[in-house]
Amino acid sequence: MAKIIGAIEVDVEKCKGCGVCIPACPTDVILLAKKVNGKGYHYAYMENPEACIGCTNCAVVCPDGVISVYKVKVA
Amino acid sequence: MDIKEIIKPENLVYKKTELMTDAPLSYCPGCGHGTAHRITMEVVEEMGIWEDTIGVAPVGCSVLAYDFMNIDMTQAAHGRAPAVATGIKRVWPEKYVFTYQGDGDLAAIGGNETLHACNRGENIVIIFINNGIYGMTGGQMAPTTLPGMKSSTSPYGRVIETMGHPLKMTELIAQLPGTYFVTRQAVHTAAAVRKTKKAIRKAFEIQKEKKGLAFIEIVSNCNSGWKMNPVDANNWMVDNMFPYFPLGDIKVDGELVK
Repeated sequence: MAKIIGAIEVDVEKCKGCGVCIPACPTDVILLAKKVNGKGYHYAYMENPEACIGCTNCAVVCPDGVISVYKVKVA
Repeated sequence: MDIKEIIKPENLVYKKTELMTDAPLSYCPGCGHGTAHRITMEVVEEMGIWEDTIGVAPVGCSVLAYDFMNIDMTQAAHGRAPAVATGIKRVWPEKYVFTYQGDGDLAAIGGNETLHACNRGENIVIIFINNGIYGMTGGQMAPTTLPGMKSSTSPYGRVIETMGHPLKMTELIAQLPGTYFVTRQAVHTAAAVRKTKKAIRKAFEIQKEKKGLAFIEIVSNCNSGWKMNPVDANNWMVDNMFPYFPLGDIKVDGELVK
């Protein structure tokens, strides 16, 4: 069966660090960074990138639409 | 596999629709307004009707919705969005017209306009964001504030004897013969967002077929008004708002289902 690997790209400067994406992720990929962005928010990032399955749940619930999702199938 | 090999244009499966502008949203972190804006614009994009859609922004947190939605929009006096939408729709019956209102705008100041637009069965879509509070002005009590819920004008909690019952606007307008599709949804989880998007799509399809008024309530959080962090506010909403404002369709194809 083909394996699916996903990845997310966060628009760091627009992320408000609300954390709504964290419980939305079924594989616990996302956490808030210790660093802050230009507005002082702890932005979302991929803590466990290898676990991402590209399900788009985080991007769908993100109120600010800062998450883009990518997905590839590998044999 | 390296992340740089995955993040390529050909592997993209989801990004913010171009019908949302690049202006940073003025909403608090975690507010459901942004999600509701985006799925509304996704529906407009999927139906290919962005040149024929006119939105009416309210007064409230979403007063600047015209800055964020990349379509033709206007902004109405407080509560008067359904009346303004009526005018636009009657002048341009072929355009898609929707209002986007909060609970203070739609249920309190605009209660009259909402009831009468629904009663006339105007062929418009009304999107109603219910977070049980006046968010923009500092968390005052709204008609939809729950019993016992604290707000800046009910600091000891809403008392039913003196402040009345929370207003179930959606159930109320579902009784009117003018409404065709009435539903209550939420945007706190991915599944709920997808369901809400389907409801909005259905509402715009109803307008396309000139069947009548479609009314979508979206129960949302107001984490700064409720004084919680966004994730706690969503959990509080599930535990407290949903029992009083249960999710689901209330009127489908002009028939009450609940």
